[in-house]
Amino acid sequence: MSNMMKVDLVIVGGGPAGMSAAVAAYDAGLRNILILERDRSLGGILRQCIHNGFGLHRFKEELTGPEYAYRYEVQVREKNIPFKLNTMVLDITPEKVITAMNSEDGLFQIEAGAIILAMGCRERPKGALNICGTRPAGVFTAGTAQKFVNMDGYMPGKKVVILGSGDIGLIMARRMTLEGAEVKAVCELMPYSGGLARNIEQCLNDFGIPLMLSHTVVEIHGKDRVTGVTIAKVDERRKPIAETRQYIECDTLLLSVGLLPENELTKSAKIPLSPITGGATVDQNRQTETEGVFACGNVLHVHDLVDYVSEEAEIAGKAAVAYLEGKALSGRNIKLATDGKVRYTVPQRITAEENVTVYFRVADVYRDVRIVVRDGENVLVNKKKQKVAPGEMESLTLTAEMIAGVTGDTLSFSIEQ
Amino acid sequence: MIRNLTCIVCPKGCQLKVELDDANAKNVLAVEGHTCKRGEKYAHDECTAPMRTLTTTAAVEGGGVVPVKTDRVIPKEMMFECMKAVNTIRVPADAKLGDVVLENVLGTGANIVTTRNVQL
Amino acid sequence: MKYDITIIGAGVVGGMIARELAKYDLRLCLLEKENDVAMGATKANSAIVHAGFDAKEGSLKAKLNVRGSRMMPKVTEELGVKYQRNESLVVAFAHERAEVEAIYERGIRNGVEGLRIVEHDELLALEPNVNPELDCALLAPTGAIVCPYELCIAAVGNAMDNGAELKLNFKVESIEQKNGGYVITAENGEAVETAIVINCAGVYSEEIAKMTGDADFTVHPRRGEYMVLDKECGNFTKRTIFHTPTKMGKGILVSPTVDGNLLLGPTATDIEDKTDVSTTPEGFATIFEKSSDNVAKIPFNKVITSFTGLRAVGSTGDFIIKHREGVVTLAGIESPGLSSAPAIAEYVEQMLRDEMGMNAPVKASYNPVRKAGHYFHDLSMEEKNEIIKKDPRYGRIVCRCEGITEGEIVEAVHRNPGASDVDGVKRRTRSGMGRCQGGFCSPIVVDIIAREKQMAFCDVTKFGGASVINYQKTKGEN
Repeated sequence: MSNMMKVDLVIVGGGPAGMSAAVAAYDAGLRNILILERDRSLGGILRQCIHNGFGLHRFKEELTGPEYAYRYEVQVREKNIPFKLNTMVLDITPEKVITAMNSEDGLFQIEAGAIILAMGCRERPKGALNICGTRPAGVFTAGTAQKFVNMDGYMPGKKVVILGSGDIGLIMARRMTLEGAEVKAVCELMPYSGGLARNIEQCLNDFGIPLMLSHTVVEIHGKDRVTGVTIAKVDERRKPIAETRQYIECDTLLLSVGLLPENELTKSAKIPLSPITGGATVDQNRQTETEGVFACGNVLHVHDLVDYVSEEAEIAGKAAVAYLEGKALSGRNIKLATDGKVRYTVPQRITAEENVTVYFRVADVYRDVRIVVRDGENVLVNKKKQKVAPGEMESLTLTAEMIAGVTGDTLSFSIEQ
Repeated sequence: MIRNLTCIVCPKGCQLKVELDDANAKNVLAVEGHTCKRGEKYAHDECTAPMRTLTTTAAVEGGGVVPVKTDRVIPKEMMFECMKAVNTIRVPADAKLGDVVLENVLGTGANIVTTRNVQL
Repeated sequence: MKYDITIIGAGVVGGMIARELAKYDLRLCLLEKENDVAMGATKANSAIVHAGFDAKEGSLKAKLNVRGSRMMPKVTEELGVKYQRNESLVVAFAHERAEVEAIYERGIRNGVEGLRIVEHDELLALEPNVNPELDCALLAPTGAIVCPYELCIAAVGNAMDNGAELKLNFKVESIEQKNGGYVITAENGEAVETAIVINCAGVYSEEIAKMTGDADFTVHPRRGEYMVLDKECGNFTKRTIFHTPTKMGKGILVSPTVDGNLLLGPTATDIEDKTDVSTTPEGFATIFEKSSDNVAKIPFNKVITSFTGLRAVGSTGDFIIKHREGVVTLAGIESPGLSSAPAIAEYVEQMLRDEMGMNAPVKASYNPVRKAGHYFHDLSMEEKNEIIKKDPRYGRIVCRCEGITEGEIVEAVHRNPGASDVDGVKRRTRSGMGRCQGGFCSPIVVDIIAREKQMAFCDVTKFGGASVINYQKTKGEN
């Protein structure tokens, strides 16, 4: 190909994960870095998350999304880490050749020494839900509505029903209300919310917006624009109960029904994905099963807090530099297994005897349980928890000594009474 | 009287149990369930004078919007009034992150500040 | 007299007729009640070019289907429309064998080429994902797939490039005889004078026929619900898989689409309301059940969208194509209407020439070729870079899932027939049709339409009319 560049470390995505990874790689001594960002500025989805609540762990203060992003953007700019905006990566090969496109360079290719995948996630669309009825204007994902309101400055609805109690849905319930819309209800299919407790409090309860657990939208009405939705209670198998059908007049249905890591490029590079997280399977360095390709942030697994995204990205950034310097990243190969109650762990395997913080999510709400990590019969961790819930990511740290003492090839994570 | 609250200070979302004086509901007798000092303060404030940070957008001169916030918490019941005040602002097109675009909004002591540079 | 010929209805039939007639030196007008072309049955059907074995021998359906199927490769090539001869299979359980043999015989009598019956083992070898309990199938090598709205948009665009006029948002309210011709008046008062009227109004062809005093038939809508699966399932079957047909239609099919998705459907429910394109729980259940009869283990969790189309079912059971006093009426153009469309256009052209005295000469400037709507996508890296150098908008990706650039969207807005709503851009470019279903790109598409059409942001709709996307500015005046 004509314009093939060579770059030591290419970072795909200039959101919080990509920027943190770049800064960490720079701080580890690497200079030949390139961030490729598809949008017109750095910051990723944080640019439209104008609410506060970011950065308490990282910066010990409460920042809005754009402020959090700017802290990293300033570092990227001050360190002169190269980045290309409005640049879409179209393909990554298993040999780490990246094809990208923008208006200035056209289509171009880069041979990368190492790659950090930091593409983030996208929202689950309506089609996947099989809601019956018509297909009028006025059905948006919460994130699309957020872009219209916060970035473009337009109101996409006046009377709103929200399906799904993910954090973006809760945040948008408050945002639409503040801008003068009437949010009639938030329906959640599950018997518990997928969002943070604080957001139910400050986004719904503050404004008297009802959260209807075990409810779903079964039908959309309206030919041109939404005129209403029919909702219903669901049974234990999450099937709508016909007698509980209820019509709500509204002009807008917002969907906040889950986030999906955006791994089309990971697939194009033939990197194996976990069917549970939807992201690559990684070791404690966030290295995927392809050597020299790392992943971090929401492209790896969906996080609740950006603070943990930054933390994870730093791990990937440092490890990528170590890889480029030819340092051995592995020695052990310990698989982390789960019992189903623990849905997944990240990382999914451990390859070195060092302190490793393992992040995980559970499948349901469990109270007064113990989180147990076993090496065969040998219990390494036995941690009491009052409550664990799918909406809240958990973590625990395995020390270097614990890992050094592992005799088997698997550590099993379980939730026990 | 017992009041149950969800703490909103951090993402942990601690469930707080606040014991209030039966004669005076604004008199907090005891707080349980918090895991930090800020949680305890939140419980007191929430039962006496609930406060919130307002985040929204303001119009930029010449078109478009820019995100803004109150630089400290304001009384919860003033959120909508504050929105009205913010909606009258025209932010200069060269405003930078942190610029005060409205001082002491409605006498709350909080300034409205931008949360990003208008120009990217 | 302003127009020589006015066609009512810019679906695939009206569009193909317009294209056929645009080669003549005629003043030609195409009226459409919606904000875009291809908005009725054309945008929501099985997207199949049938081989032609279904219809009763001697019927117009049989004749025009077989002819249309033969014409389709050339027509789609000229119009730059995706067409794939992917073959079709009519599968049967053991007890349905006699029926399949009967269809085979009928296909032979209709003149369909290459038909043969394949037995169980060969069937499984051809399509490993079909239900292993099936006994045999009829294989039709001329079965093909096409994108129906792409075909319609291209046909209308080609007609316009050759001088035809398109009037959108023209909802016909009355048709009056005047000076040996007709005056067609729209709901908004706009009027068009024409010598000849061609009624291609789909489910509304009966209403239009009543206005011209020629309704000796009825048309009712038959609802067909569909589901579309993600592109990762596009290879689940290579061929279009039908089940042995029933009185209500060809049953639920499983078929890849030319864009690489997998399509399931349609159901068949006769309804009254000609605007009812809602989907139903019963419809979903029927699709799940019946498609599983044909193809085992369909990944239903990969559904990305569902939709409903209305077939215009005529009271005679056959296509109705006739003329009287300068009015050509086309009604009951249900399946295989799409497959027949090029042949219907040819048939109407002959009717005009042989029976209605049309004798306009062919224009020297006539060009049957239209550049493909998706041409940019298919270019090499070097060719794309040439274009990006001239117009940087082709270097900016707007739709991430389908890789559609700003340049392509701008082109869709300006090129005949130009899109002026979000769904129109989507049908022309596939922007918003991917996995995220427009979550990321729709606000940008709204912005581009507003800019290019010099409309207010809030005036950009999803599909015209009252399909408002944004109501007002959050701050300040609109």
